[in-house]
Amino acid sequence: MEIKNAVAGTLESGDILVQIAPGEGLQVDLQSSVSAQFGRQIKAVITETLEGLGIADAYVKATDKGALDCTIRARVTAAAVRATGKDVWKD
Amino acid sequence: MMFVPGNNPGMMADAHIYGPDSIMLDLEDSVTMAEKDAARLLVHNALKSIDYGDTEMVVRINPLNTPYGKKDVEAVVKAGVDVIRMPKTETADEVRELEAEIIKVETELGCVGRTLIMAAIESALGVVNAFEIASASKRMMGIALGAEDYSANLKTQRTPGGAELLLARETIVVAARAAGIACFDTVYSNLDDMETFRKEVELIKTLGFDGKSIINPRQIEVVNEVFAPSQKDIDKALRIIAAIKEAQAKGSGVIAVNGKMVDRPVVIRAERTVALAIASGILDKEEVL
Repeated sequence: MEIKNAVAGTLESGDILVQIAPGEGLQVDLQSSVSAQFGRQIKAVITETLEGLGIADAYVKATDKGALDCTIRARVTAAAVRATGKDVWKD
Repeated sequence: MMFVPGNNPGMMADAHIYGPDSIMLDLEDSVTMAEKDAARLLVHNALKSIDYGDTEMVVRINPLNTPYGKKDVEAVVKAGVDVIRMPKTETADEVRELEAEIIKVETELGCVGRTLIMAAIESALGVVNAFEIASASKRMMGIALGAEDYSANLKTQRTPGGAELLLARETIVVAARAAGIACFDTVYSNLDDMETFRKEVELIKTLGFDGKSIINPRQIEVVNEVFAPSQKDIDKALRIIAAIKEAQAKGSGVIAVNGKMVDRPVVIRAERTVALAIASGILDKEEVL
């Protein structure tokens, strides 16, 4: 699946900024004030969301501002949809 | 009903903490066109994951004649939303068109009939067609006034007294009552003027509205205070309801409280008073039932 550079989310409290770029395998670069406690969990949500969308190769830079898992899933999906042009809803 | 922008995950996560009766996540006016796709995903995931408890969850979708409306319906029905709010409703056909879209998604999910509809009336044509809109579908649970667009459509502007909205408000209440559904008043946007806000809430309560749309948790307390019945009214309502139960137990059709006959409208008003007292947190539901 062809990946273009794309971004979704914000740096506001409770949100996460997700940037996606072409890459080999799934690489996740996470910045978060809670990475010591939740870094592994946040990366797992990002990776699972991308795999669920059939994306196996991408570089992801994520800047977390205390996002819930559902927000992380939404932002990663939005960035992936923008990066691939493949929507998750019917037209 | 508290409006929450659908592209603000922080607000969406915290909104229910303040105890509004319902939360309306907005995909329409508060979301820019460039962010419609991302907001739709945020709202879908929030509805599926966040425990909003007993709070009624409403989503305002984009109009169906935009590139976003049908995708909004799919996203929120799949997430199990309680109510879809349709903006700028002008005809009953628009309600039936939305219902058809909901049925498509519900059929796929195997849950036909789950999603309710609220129509926002925001134009002169919508007010003229209010009863037809209110009675267009069994899924209709309420109609609401959207005053900013309505005022612009009338070629006037909003004033603190709300004279420009009087006909629309009264028409919406009458249409809702005739159709047997609820009605909700528009938002008041000036958070620095709580005095005028309170007067507006008192006015719309007198007109017969079931509730007020709000844009900030600070407004919840005022709405609850205005809509909450007095202790005297609650005591009277409880006596009437107790008398009904006693009469029913005896098989009597005639009810008297304090020596006065109680007829059906009085009973209905008593039931509404108790319902409001429960909704306002004055009475405990478990104690009353």
